[in-house]
Amino acid sequence: MFELDLAFIWAVLIAVAVLAYVALDGFDLGVGILFPFLGGEHEQTTAMSSVAPVWDGNETWLILGGGGLLAVFPLAYAVIMPALYAPIIAMLLGLVLRGVAFEFRGRTVRGRGIWDVSFFGGSVVAALAQGITLGALLQGIPVEGRAYAGGWWDWITPFSLVAGLALVAGYVMLGSTWLVLKTEGELQQRARRYARIAGLTTFALIGVFSLWTPLLQPEYMERWFSWPALLYTAPVPLLVIACTAALYWSLGQGKELAPFLYAQGLFVLCYIGLGISFYPYIVPPRISIWDAAGPDESLMFLLVGAVILLPLVLGYTAYAYWIFRGKVRPGEGYH
Amino acid sequence: MDWSSALDLARFQFAFTVSFHIFFPAFTIGLASYLAVLEGLWLYTGRDVFLQTYRYWLKIFAVAFGMGVVSGLVLSYQFGTNWSVFSDRAGPTLGPLMGYEVLTAFFLEAGFLGVMLFGVNRVGRGLHYFATLMVAFGTVLSAFWILSANSWMQTPAGYAMNEAGQYVPTDWWAAIFNPSFPYRLVHMVLAAYLTTALVVGAVGAWHLLANRGNVAGGLMFSMAMWMATVVGPLQVVAGDLHGLNTLEHQPAKVAAMEGHYRTRQGAPFIVVGWPDDEAETVHWALEIPKAGSLILHHDPDAEVTGLDAWPRSERPPVPWVFWSFRVMLAIGFGIVGVGVWSLIQRIRGRLYDDRALQRVAVFFGPLGFLAVLAGWIVTEVGRQPYTIYGLLRTADAASPVEAPAVASSLVGFIVIYLGVFAAGTFYILRLMRQNPDEVALPGMPPEEEVPGTRISMGAAYRPSRRGVEKR
Repeated sequence: MFELDLAFIWAVLIAVAVLAYVALDGFDLGVGILFPFLGGEHEQTTAMSSVAPVWDGNETWLILGGGGLLAVFPLAYAVIMPALYAPIIAMLLGLVLRGVAFEFRGRTVRGRGIWDVSFFGGSVVAALAQGITLGALLQGIPVEGRAYAGGWWDWITPFSLVAGLALVAGYVMLGSTWLVLKTEGELQQRARRYARIAGLTTFALIGVFSLWTPLLQPEYMERWFSWPALLYTAPVPLLVIACTAALYWSLGQGKELAPFLYAQGLFVLCYIGLGISFYPYIVPPRISIWDAAGPDESLMFLLVGAVILLPLVLGYTAYAYWIFRGKVRPGEGYH
Repeated sequence: MDWSSALDLARFQFAFTVSFHIFFPAFTIGLASYLAVLEGLWLYTGRDVFLQTYRYWLKIFAVAFGMGVVSGLVLSYQFGTNWSVFSDRAGPTLGPLMGYEVLTAFFLEAGFLGVMLFGVNRVGRGLHYFATLMVAFGTVLSAFWILSANSWMQTPAGYAMNEAGQYVPTDWWAAIFNPSFPYRLVHMVLAAYLTTALVVGAVGAWHLLANRGNVAGGLMFSMAMWMATVVGPLQVVAGDLHGLNTLEHQPAKVAAMEGHYRTRQGAPFIVVGWPDDEAETVHWALEIPKAGSLILHHDPDAEVTGLDAWPRSERPPVPWVFWSFRVMLAIGFGIVGVGVWSLIQRIRGRLYDDRALQRVAVFFGPLGFLAVLAGWIVTEVGRQPYTIYGLLRTADAASPVEAPAVASSLVGFIVIYLGVFAAGTFYILRLMRQNPDEVALPGMPPEEEVPGTRISMGAAYRPSRRGVEKR
């Protein structure tokens, strides 16, 4: 019988879980970030209603990412979380504030302003903190023995801030194209305008981020620009340019679904790019996926569950999205 | 505690965030099942009052559930941020249990919650009921996995240690069904049901006190009192068995619960008193002679092991455990008392007329939460000084994070959680103040188009009589 490389399989699965999180919660965080820039209370309520039935499921992928990391790469979990203490805690608090706003906002008239701010602020902080987390991870984390060996401000650098801003812009792009898909009339027009701005900003920041990354570590330079690696790395930036162009074209054509898909495509491409930079490390520059992996007993036990349950999860999640397909109908539900 | 110690701050932070979180699962596990029962009864009988009560509690459920989700998310990352040594070493065993919790329970709840809350006009009755059932099932499944993980920390089993110092599972069955798990699971799920029943009963009683003829209030009150009557005594039995299991596996915890510093035969049960860890005695103790031996060993003269059997460095802090245990016990027997009282009145046909009982039921409304919190303090503080009992001391489990980082995050949690908690409680209480008989009933899931089905939309629809400002 051939040996399964369980660490590799799990690295792929965790990567997919995190991508699913970014792709899904990304658009509902983006809606949160756009919130104060929408045209008044009616548009805000419509925008919020468009994500209300799904945000909870979207966020569950983040729990799977964190829980999965703990289960199969406990060393990585134990190093990354203390190293990125401040941005992780900030993200969690941001998610608390925006998560409760979904319910609280509808429960009050006088206090609505507070929850509008909490929805917006929480979304911005969460998005920024996630981007900073990514940037700080990519620039490398000092490790001694099995523990983090840096200070509690190491995470803040110009590079990590660029990553944070890029993710905010990217989420706005996802959120605005989602609104193009789910709404009509003035709100849709407005969303289309925001999608253009956010798309361009995202593209520019992806550029800065991508050119900066190889300068962080010689290994990154190697992985991107050595021959023959260039053969498979070169298409990624080219496709990013093509995807951005397609996003603009589809927005100009008045398409509704296509911009959202192109925006998601940009995220997938960036994600592949990140994969090229990271692999095979999970905590650059020292801990590889095999160093961090837990024992095979743990990886196998959870893999059995993941293989059986993930298709089911994807199935009913897709079905839930299907139930709420089409334009959002505000005021629908149990309030 | 020492406010400049990163360890103490991390302990306080975890105690704070996990205590905050437990309120919501304790309520939503019970409420999800209650909603499933109500919707089922409505589908079966077609009576409006079930649907009204369902919709009434659905709103409250939505608020509580959202708070539970976000405060739970925090915990899944806090193991790493504040307890990284614990995460590295226990991750291979506890991680997969939590992974299964996410895969089986969280996705299920989240996926169907949207349908349950917002899908009333988009899916048929059958599918809507299915969504409600899945949410309820998900909450119980979630309890299964997380209590298994917690129980493993109390009574670890089915593992071996590898060269990196990690606890590696060798027998998953033994790890999941570790010795204290079945007892803890039953005790906690019953606690969640009782907590919810007390809240439902209090709301029902409150509306009955306002108007003796309140139909939905009467329904809630009656159902809740059945829970107190039936589940209350069951919980006492479950708690006793859980205690005996703890005596077998964590005798120091039981000694702390009982306030027994000295090993002796014919030990008393200390009803109240003031435990003093320094002097190793309970001041001003009010004792029932020999009752301690009788309860723990079912023999009045049996020897009861006291804390003197362990060095001081191996003992939990007694006052917390001792007092929390008594709070939990008092509330538990109080619930049994309410259950008996309501049963007598029910048999006499006076359940809806006994104003004193209804006032007591209102008073008991929040007490379930207090009992749950007290119970968790007993079991978690009683596990100290260990995070994983007998294996990993709490002092060795923390992250290499500096005190100012932990302190500032702690301040963040306290400020935001208190604000969120205050607002959430306020909104929930305001929803509870609304008269359930005035819940309007348009637009439940349209009936699947089968001619001649029992319930027509007309029967399920009652013209809106809304008096209360709804949003």
